[in-house]
This record gives sequence, structure tokens and C-alpha cells, in this order.
Amino acid sequence: MTTSTRGAKAPAVLVLEDGRTFHGRAYGAVGVTFGEAVFSTGMTGYQETLTDPSYHRQVVVMTAPHVGNTGVNDEDPESQRIWVAGYVVRDPARVPSNWRSRRSLDEELRKQGVVGISGIDTRALTRHLRERGAMRVGIFSGNALPDAGTMLAEVRQAPEMSGADLSAEVATKETYVVPAIGPDGEAVPVGSAKFTVAAVDLGIKGMTPHRMAERGIEVHVLPATATAEDVYAVNPDGVFFSNGPGDPSTADGPVSVMKAVLERKTPLFGICFGNQILGRALGFGTYKLKYGHRGINQPVQDRTTGKVEVTAHNHGFAVDAPLDKVSDTPFGRAEVSHVCLNDNVVEGLQLLDQPAFSVQYHPEAAAGPHDAAYLFDRFVELMEGQRA
Amino acid sequence: MPKRTDIQSVLVIGSGPIVIGQAAEFDYSGTQACRILRAEGLRVILVNSNPATIMTDPEIADATYVEPITPEFVEKIIAKERPDALLPTLGGQTALNTAISMHEQGVLEKYGVELIGANVEAINKGEDRDLFKGVVEAVKAKIGYGESARSVICHSMDDVIAGVDTLGGYPVVVRPSFTMGGAGSGFAHDEEELRRIAGQGLTLSPTTEVLLEESILGWKEYELELMRDKNDNVVVVCSIENFDPMGVHTGDSITVAPAMTLTDREYQRLRDIGIAIIREVGVDTGGCNIQFAVNPDDGRIIVIEMNPRVSRSSALASKATGFPIAKIAAKLAVGYTLDEIPNDITEKTPASFEPTLDYVVVKAPRFAFEKFPSADSTLTTTMKSVGEAMAIGRNFTEALQKALRSLEKKGSQFAFTGEPGDKAELLRESVRPTDGRINTVMQAIRAGATPEEVFDATKIDPWFVDQLFLIKEIADELAAADKLEPALLAEAKRHGFSDAQIAEIRGLREDVVREVRHALGVRPVYKTVDTCAAEFAAKTPYFYSSYDEESEVAPREKPAVIILGSGPNRIGQGIEFDYSCVHASFALSDAGYETVMVNCNPETVSTDYDTSDRLYFEPLTLEDVLEIVHAETLAGPVAGVVVQLGGQTPLGLSQALKDNGVPVVGTPPEAIHAAEDRGAFGQVLAEAGLPAPKHGTATTFAGAKAIADEIGYPVLVRPSYVLGGRGMEIVYDETRLESYIAESTEISPTRPVLVDRFLDDAIEIDVDALYDGTELYLGGVMEHIEEAGIHSGDSACALPPITLGGYDIKRLRASTEAIAKGVGVRGLINIQFAMAGDILYVLEANPRASRTVPFTSKATAVPLAKAAARISLGATVAELRAEGLLPKNGDGGTLPLDAPISVKEAVMPWSRFRDIHGRGVDTVLGPEMRSTGEVMGIDSVFGTAYAKSQAGAYGPLPTKGRAFISVANRDKRSMIFPARELVAHGFELLATSGTAEVLKRNGINATVVRKQSEGEGPGGEKTIVQLIHDGQVDLIVNTPYGTGGRLDGYEIRTAAVARSVPCLTTVQALAAAVQGIDALNHGDVGVRSLQEHAEHLTAARD
Repeated sequence: MTTSTRGAKAPAVLVLEDGRTFHGRAYGAVGVTFGEAVFSTGMTGYQETLTDPSYHRQVVVMTAPHVGNTGVNDEDPESQRIWVAGYVVRDPARVPSNWRSRRSLDEELRKQGVVGISGIDTRALTRHLRERGAMRVGIFSGNALPDAGTMLAEVRQAPEMSGADLSAEVATKETYVVPAIGPDGEAVPVGSAKFTVAAVDLGIKGMTPHRMAERGIEVHVLPATATAEDVYAVNPDGVFFSNGPGDPSTADGPVSVMKAVLERKTPLFGICFGNQILGRALGFGTYKLKYGHRGINQPVQDRTTGKVEVTAHNHGFAVDAPLDKVSDTPFGRAEVSHVCLNDNVVEGLQLLDQPAFSVQYHPEAAAGPHDAAYLFDRFVELMEGQRA
Repeated sequence: MPKRTDIQSVLVIGSGPIVIGQAAEFDYSGTQACRILRAEGLRVILVNSNPATIMTDPEIADATYVEPITPEFVEKIIAKERPDALLPTLGGQTALNTAISMHEQGVLEKYGVELIGANVEAINKGEDRDLFKGVVEAVKAKIGYGESARSVICHSMDDVIAGVDTLGGYPVVVRPSFTMGGAGSGFAHDEEELRRIAGQGLTLSPTTEVLLEESILGWKEYELELMRDKNDNVVVVCSIENFDPMGVHTGDSITVAPAMTLTDREYQRLRDIGIAIIREVGVDTGGCNIQFAVNPDDGRIIVIEMNPRVSRSSALASKATGFPIAKIAAKLAVGYTLDEIPNDITEKTPASFEPTLDYVVVKAPRFAFEKFPSADSTLTTTMKSVGEAMAIGRNFTEALQKALRSLEKKGSQFAFTGEPGDKAELLRESVRPTDGRINTVMQAIRAGATPEEVFDATKIDPWFVDQLFLIKEIADELAAADKLEPALLAEAKRHGFSDAQIAEIRGLREDVVREVRHALGVRPVYKTVDTCAAEFAAKTPYFYSSYDEESEVAPREKPAVIILGSGPNRIGQGIEFDYSCVHASFALSDAGYETVMVNCNPETVSTDYDTSDRLYFEPLTLEDVLEIVHAETLAGPVAGVVVQLGGQTPLGLSQALKDNGVPVVGTPPEAIHAAEDRGAFGQVLAEAGLPAPKHGTATTFAGAKAIADEIGYPVLVRPSYVLGGRGMEIVYDETRLESYIAESTEISPTRPVLVDRFLDDAIEIDVDALYDGTELYLGGVMEHIEEAGIHSGDSACALPPITLGGYDIKRLRASTEAIAKGVGVRGLINIQFAMAGDILYVLEANPRASRTVPFTSKATAVPLAKAAARISLGATVAELRAEGLLPKNGDGGTLPLDAPISVKEAVMPWSRFRDIHGRGVDTVLGPEMRSTGEVMGIDSVFGTAYAKSQAGAYGPLPTKGRAFISVANRDKRSMIFPARELVAHGFELLATSGTAEVLKRNGINATVVRKQSEGEGPGGEKTIVQLIHDGQVDLIVNTPYGTGGRLDGYEIRTAAVARSVPCLTTVQALAAAVQGIDALNHGDVGVRSLQEHAEHLTAARD
């Protein structure tokens, strides 16, 4: 009933692996796509969401009905391309409006071959995912669609997210350097910054090295396959592990690199996937959340100060660590430093006997509130402390 | 860190009467806060002079003072109650200003009362323009962005004139400090405008201060609602974007939540600035709103202002998101932190988060320019709207079209038939923001305007402009289609088209479209407002309709009663009706029903999701109500729909609902017809042997003239089926009768004009009563202060009646019973009588809750609306007496002799309106209602009660000084005794020559002053208008002479409004005022809570 008849858009069908089906219109590229269906509740920041490598292989359902209103600009992407496997919106903008807009989102999706669907009851779909959990999905668009049974069968043949090792697919292949930014706003010549950080790219967002660079850090972004030798080759003051897609239980390579870093007591900071890697390095398990946290309004409490910050989240897995006690780990005592107040999911870990901490959410924001930006300052403090 | 334990009692200050810029939203906020504070175990003491509020219901607070909100009276209350704390942030600017003033006078310190919710320093930093500019500068220094518009502070006209050069020339914005709803502000394009606006602004500002500012007309305008707790946790509850760009007061703009045209980077920048401001200002526990302007060309952000308190916007934001700002503000004020407070809607997650919306909210303002024909209808930075409607949809077009039809005003919906008019002309008209500009823009689009042309004319964001084009394209498709295909119909509904609009486009009847639609299975679903975009399950059934796939209405067991609310506030239909609906909900819930509220007014208590078991935030049109009834019928048994409590809006749906098979409970549609139709009602009166003034109905001038000739001029003329005396006028001659008929748009063959004999010098009486089919309960009898001919809504009145005797009450009771019985009322009825000579005429009867129900209920300590709701569903007066809802013995007609006297006084919005030349509008009262709100004064004698009502409405009556008297010839006799009294109280009288002569002949000395028309005297003697402007006059009595457009005395009355000098425009008001002055001069005026009054009354009744 909600199918939009406007424009010359081809019909499209969204099929969930449990058989629930939604009929709408094609959005972006016409074709077929598969992935894990997840919903994101952010009302702003679709460009950042689309280009966040952590969404690799996921079909993102936007709960905000109007998407594309501000078009697409060249400043806001978080990586070089759109990573989502498919895009689901209710009411895409026909005309973008913003002084920074260069082209429409529809155009951009088509240019990058991203298959989407519009005009469906995204709230019904979201409620379904909330109740049944994230699951595989397919979007089929075009004028000659397969029959329902075929589509469902194809969805059920698509790979699952559990057990997926995806970091290497999205990370940089070559090391690159993000220079520090001086007080004058200009780049600091490479080699002369206050601090050097080796950042292991497991699907890093552009804003993350930028937030470090703003604080006088020169960031060497290394491929996901980087070894401990690669990390120490840049002579880092601190090591950073980024966010990224996939199941943390498959990330044995990064876990072993992190253990090496912890052995050497180099200041360490992890975000998102990086938090899960720290969890594993400390001996905690990880598990898949029913439908994950994806949005920019999540209340996280910093248990060290009691303060609540409103934060950006994008995670389908979480660390299984005890909330109310200090744990003994191979690297000394560890505790849960941050917790999500909505559901008590572990949102941060810190070591009490050496300079290492991580958070499950996104202090670099983009998209989202800047409440947690202080964590980058904490990282700087750790590096300063180590130096002193 | 939970609740503070050092506070046991708290004084809450309400916002007083409903005025433009400060309306029902503060009842909603205040009620929430009082309930929460009581639930926390605190003793809540409340002061609010507005009886039409839920918050002043005796069960909401422990001690409820319906007393004037002035520092003087509030101090008396503090002295008596000795509260530990004062919460001033929930009663708008009135409460804040009162609290600040008491702080400055040392009252709070004297009684050891702590200000909670906001500290004085923070209030000053937020409200004082200069200090706030400093705040914004400090924020910029800290976070690198955010700035104020370039501006200069001025304390004199010389400062103002010099200031323009500093800013680089015209246009400039003038903003007076410390006024509410932007009163007195505006754009000045040249020196003449500047002198006028700034002159008025300097006068209005309590600190004689205005701010002159660079113009940011046409920029994008945004608002953020923020909350902060004592641990410095800050959340942004809601972002709001104005459809109308900068230049129109946000209260007068169509606004949209969430913001639609910001990227995340820009939004986060506003958020960062907002958070930095709330910290810098130092609002440590509570909410604030912050307004921003964003340059559409480069994104430059200007911070416009902040309000360190709960506001109209915060009420809107609460309804738009499901996050109850006032409730949470009250909890924060007593020591909780955001993470300790659960989110009501999910019950599982905390309030320390930011709501996310998966729908679009549109608010549209409701104006009343038709009541002030001479007022300039251009929208400016001074708020002029009297109410608002909010609508929720799953996209902007759906929400917008729902909002426009919620306004319930002819022409408020987009029209797509007929010739749109000349494109160039329409675009020119669109430049000037007015009520309904969006419709002009739509016509311009129909006439072929391009998006660029629309943007150039209006600066409305291109995304919004495109949405209007989208709506227009669908209208075109609807018009062009061979037949109404399901897909096209569904698409039109998905973008908010009403059945009526589709019918108009297709040349069909509305019910035919509805039938086709139902046959095709195209029906709305109902979605939940849940604060979290479905991330968590919602426990609160707060619904809105959308043409989408999946409905979330859950099945239920208990029988439901659907209560139809009153829609947007407007003059004549305001908060009083919401009060009755809320009472019905409470009473019926207690009686075991599941209550379902339908309303579209975001300001109200009825649209608080806590009020009823289920809330449908929906327009009150037949289509929308039928769909809700359908959805609820599928969910479980429906006992009926209540239409008689929400005013004319639901009453008007009564017959159509019944025709569609909906069970209407209470007074049946036939009875409503019997009361509203002149012929049928005449029959009722004739059968009961009751006299009505001679009258007739006509649909043409010839017909009306014949009637008038027969009954004699003056005659009272009005369209039928209207509320608030809309279009009502006293006509003195044939010429005016002819032009009246020609001008009226409300008259048609199905809607005739009513012509009544006008009763000169009659006493008007209002009666509210309950009738169950056999027994009458006389709720109350109100005697008007002003004579018949002045709309009852604008007239002051006293209860119990002060000059009527037992015999009169007996006659009133008998007449009321005869009418209630004859009409067939089941529930409430309101009848207006006029006593002329010794004859009791029936003026009209309204078979519904009236505007005076809350006043009557409070004055007599009996919940009439609750009783009416129960009677509607079958209870009898006898049963309700036995239950204790009604008193065991007696009623409002048999109040004990020592019962307190309550006086209701109307509050007029004169100061809000200017004509196109910038002059004030005339303040003379007439048969068309123009007041926006009311206050109640209650005391043991009439004089004191009247004095309190005046203090609550306009500021205290003067007890000495200079009184200027100038009255019409017919009033000269009645003026003599009150004038003598004024002299006895030490007043010096000023009068124009004619009045002075009469006074002198009666031995009363009066100084003759020059009329305005005489100009300044040869020796520089000032005219009365100059004297008023110079502050030389303390009281003005000026009754109008004759009729016609521009009445003599106009300058006097407008000067009085400009200088806030009490101005009495009837001799009856003068007589009452003299009694009030007498009371004030005789000893101390005390304060007494409603609970104490009720205890006294109950004791006397038993």
C-alpha cells in the first residue's frame, strides 16, 4: 500500500531470510544485493553512515523517513567509497538542499552501484528486526523480478555475519600517514609531530585519524594484516586499533598484534572492533547482539566519573566482561569503564596496571555527538604519562 | 544521587491567564510538574490566577491559590505557607519575572525560600541581552564557533537612532528585554518605523532596554531543546526547523521536527553550541531552548536567544518526541540526575538519551486576525497567533497536510480547484509573511511558478519548496486520472490528502471518496510515538495515523470511551474545553472505562500521554475521527464517543458521526440541533412558555431588513452555528445592516443570519447545569458585570450572582430545567439569560460544556465536567450525589450565604495588535469575543474578589492618584455615584469638558483636560492622550460613544494599553472597580487556598 508510484522508478522487493517481504521502489542502483539487515536510528549523517567501513556487507535500514535532503558533498564521507551492501529508506529526497551539496544521494548510490529500496514501511521492518534479530536480507529491483520462492532461496544462500572475517576487505592495502595539525591549522611536517601513533586499520573512519591529528598526533595508518613488527617499525608513542566490520571471534591476527603491544606496555587505544580485540586479548569472550546498537543517541556512562555521554554506536557484537568487578587478566587488572545505560552492554574496557583502554562506541562521532571526544585527550595523556 | 532530602515543600508559580505567547502549554508543564513533585512526597503549593487550568484543580497540588501572580500576593502566600523552595521555571515569563522580582526585593531571603530549577544569575544571563551576548562570546572562545548577531543595547531613543549607524543601516531588528513572546519587537526599515517600534519597546521592557540588531531576515531558523542535570549531563531532546525563515516569530511559523535540512556536521555544531551555552549560562537543573539562525549561503551560525525555562517550544518538543520535558525538569530540580529517571515510554531505558524520530512533526499556528480586522496581518518577530495544531506523519507531506486540516479554518487546507490567479501577483503576495502564506505559495506553484521563483520570493528552503511541488504534482495526477486507481489513491493518502481534498479535485462528494477508499482497502494504520524509532518496545499507546503497512494498536478488553478534544486554541475555544475533556478522561477512567483521547493541540494536558489510556494525536475532522473509531472498534468494545466537552469542534461532528453509525453518548445530535437551530429552539421556548428577545432568521438583506423593521433597531446580528460571537455585531441602522450582510462570508442559504432584538441595559446571566433526563443540577449562576451586548466571554462575572435574589434564582432554575428537558440534554448545558426590567429573556442555550465550566467548578468546589461525562454514559444525578462526585444536598443555586464570591475577568490581547500604520487597535468590548484568557479572583466579599481579578488580569487597581473620566451621554447618570466614591478615596478627577460639567453640577470637582482633537493648549496644556503617555493618569474610565469604525476615545484607550493604565470601558466595570478600590483601601487583603474554600463550603453544605 505504501508503494510509491511517483517517478519512473522500477519496482523493488526486500526479502528477509524468515520470509517477510516488503514491496517498494528501486532506489539508487537497480539490481540485486544481499547482506545482513540492520537498522540505524540516526536522524542525520547518512553520508557518514554509508561510507563507514563497519557497514560492509550490511543492508542498512534508515529509521528516519527522509533521507538525502542535504544531498552529497565531498567533505563528509568517512572513507573513499560507500560500503553498505544495500540501502533501505522510506522517503528519499527528490531535490537536495544544502550549500555544500554537490549531487543527489540517489545519483551517488547509482554511481557507486549501491542497490536500495524506497517507499516501504521501514518502521514495520525495524520492529521486525528488533523482535527477531538482525538477519540476512536481499533487495531485488528491476522490471523482471524472480518469483518469491527463488528470491527467498537466494537470500538464504547468502553468507551470514557470524564468523565473517571482513577487516582485510575494507582496510587500506598500503600504509599511509595522516600528518598532525599544528595550532595554526596547518599540517605538521611528517616526523616532527609531538606524538606518533600506529593505527591498525580494521575499517577505520576518516574522522578518527583526524581527531588524533588535531591533537598533535601523526597517525600512521597500517593495513589490517600489519604485524607487531610493522607496528613498531613506525616507532610509535601509542598504538590504535580501529573499528571495522565482521565477527571479532575471527580476528586472530589483530588479537595477536595487540597482545604484543600489551606485552610492551605501549599506550593503547581501541575503538569498536578495537574494543572487541582488546576484550579478546584480555581473555574475554565476544558475542553477537540480537539487533545491535546503531544510532547516534545512545547513553553511555563513564563509570570512572559517573557522567553520561550521548554517543554514536555501530556495533553488532559486544564483549562479554563482568560489569561489577575488576578482572584479573594476563596484562594485569582490567575493568569495564563504560556501559550502555539502555541495556548494560559493555561499552569500554580499561587496564588498571598499564596504559591501555578501549571503547565500543565512536568518540570520533561522524556521524553523531561529540560528547566522547575527551577519549582522544585521554589517549594523549597516556602517551604523555608514558613519556614522563 | 537521588532526591534531595532538605526540601519538604515547594511553591510552584503558574503562568496566569492565557495570553498570546503564553498559553495552555504552561498548564501542561505545570500540571506535570506538580504531579511529579507530589509523587515525590513534597508538599506542593501552587499559585495561578487562571481557573481554566488543570493545574489549579484542587487535587493537583496540596494548597492551590487562585490568586494574582504579583510579588505582593505571592509574598502573602509564602508568608502563610513558608515553602522551602520556589520552582519558577514552569510558569513562563510571568513566573520567572515574579520570582526574580521577589528575589530582588529580598522576599525569598526573608522567608528562607530557595530558588530551584534555575538560579538568578542563570536567569539573568539567559534573559538579559547584553549578558547573553557575553555568554555567546565566551562559548565561541571555548569551542570556536557560534556568534551573536551584531547589535547595540539602547536605553533611550537617542541610543536607538545612533545605533543604526553602528550596525551599518536599515533594516534593523528591535528586541525589548524581558518581555514575553517577543512582545514589542519588530523590523524597522526606516527611521519612522524605528521610532515607533523602539519607542514601544522601551516602554514595554521592564528595564527600559531594547536591543538593536543586524538583520538576518530570510536565514534558516532552528531551535534546540536541551536539558541539564546537576552532574552536568546534557541532552538535546529535540531539534526544530522553521518552515518560515527568519523574520517570523517561531510561535507564528510553521515548524518541523526533527530538523530536515541539516547535515550531521552542521547539526552537531548547533548541538555543541547549545550545550556550551547551557553550561555557560549555568542552568544547572532543568531545560532551556536555544534559537539559531543559519545563513543558507555559507552556514554561518548566529545564536538568537535562549529561554532558561520550560516554554511553548518545550511543550511542543515533549509532544513531538514523547520526552516529557517539564516532568523531567521537575525531577531534576529536586535532585535527580537524568540517568536516574526512567524513560516513561520504554520503561526500561533511562532519560539520559536523545530521542530519535521515525516520523515528521509539523506545527501550524492558528491566528485570529478576523477578530481584529484593523490589525496588520503581517507576521513579524512579535507573536500574534492564538493557538497551534500539531500533526504527525511518516513523512513531511503527510504531517503538513494533517496539520493544515487540524487548524479547522476555512481555507487552511491546500485547494487545487479553480483558477489560481496571476503568478506574478501571487509571488509578490508570498513575499509578505501572513497567516496562510503557504496557501498563497501553493497557488503560485499552481499558477506556474518555478521552485527558484518561490525560493526567491519567500526564502523557504528549497527542500520544503520541493515538498510543496510534490503535493501539487499528486493533485495534478488525481485530477488527470481516468479513475481513482488504488495505487494513486494510496499515494495521495500517503502524502496527506484528505478525502475532502480528493473529493474536491475529483468533483465527488467526500463520503463517496471515503466509500471508494474503504472498498479498496486503503485505510490508515496507527504508529507509536516511542522516543527511539522502534529500537525498544513502547509501553505507552501514543498514536498517530499514517498510510503505511503495519498498525500498532493493541487489542483491549475493557469498553473504551473516545473523547474528542477541542483542537487548536482560538479565541472563543480555548483551554477551558481541554479542561473538561481531561476531567472526562479522569472520571471515566475511575468509572472503569478505557479512555481514548483524540486531539491535535500540542499545548494541552489532554495530549499528555499520561492523561488517558490511549492518545491519538490526530486532526478532529470527520474522516480522521471515523478512522480512529474504526481502529478502536477492531481493538475491542467501544462504549461511545463523547462530543459535548470539547467545544464546537466535536459538537459539529455529532450528527455526521451518528449518521456513520458511531455511538455518540450524552446529549444526542437531535438535541444539539434543537438548541442550535433557531426555529427548533424557538419551539422549545414556546412550549416552555419562556420569552426570548424578538428575533428572526434571514439569508438575504431584504429578509433581515424586514425583521429589523419589525422588531426595531438596535438589533444583534450574527451567523448561526458559530462560537465566540464570531461575526456578531450590534447594528443600529439599516445602512450598517446592509453592509454587514454584504461583508459576511458566513451567511449562506444553509447558514442563515440571526437577527435579534438588542436588549439595552439588561443584566446578562450565565447558567451552567447538568441534566440527566429527570433531575437538574444547577451548577452555578453567574451574573455579568458588563451589560448584555458584550460577549459573555469578554465580560467579567460574579458567582454567586451579587444582585440576584432567591426569586430570580428560582426562575432561572425553572427555565433551565424546562430548556434542558425540552432540548433533550444528557450532560451539561449552558444557558445565557438577560434580565431586562423584570423579564427574564433566554438569549441562547449551548448543549455542551461551556467556557465557564472550570470557573464554576472551582467557585463551587464541584467537578461539573466529571459529572457530565458520567451522565453521558448513563449515570444519574442521584447516583453521582450518592457516590460523592456531586454534593449530597443542594447545588450551585443554593450556595450558603457566606460562600466565597468568585469573579472571573477576561484578558484581552490588545497590546499584541497594531494596524498597518503601527497604531494600536481599539479596545472597546462588543458582542464578538476577543479575549484570549481569563483570571479568577476569589474572596469573601465582591469588592476584594473583583480587585483580585483585576490584579490578576491587568495589574492592581490604583488606590489613589488621578482618574480620568469621559463617558457617553447615556452613561452620565450612572457615573455620578462611583465618581463621588473615587473622590472620597482621594482620587483627583480629570474629565473632558462635557463630563466635567455634569460632575460639577452634581457637586463633584473635576479638572478639565483637553481632548486629543483639541490639540495642545496655547499655554502648553497637554491633551489627555499626552498626559496618559506621560504617566500622569492612574485610572481611565472611557465608555464609547455611538458606533462606526473609528470611535471617539480610540486614542485614549490605545494610549492606556500602551502605558498599561487600567482602562474601564463600561460604567458597570467602574462601579465594580470602585468597590474593589474600597476593599483595597480598607485593610489587608488575604489569601486563601481553594482547598480551604472547599472545606468551608462543604462544611456549610452538610
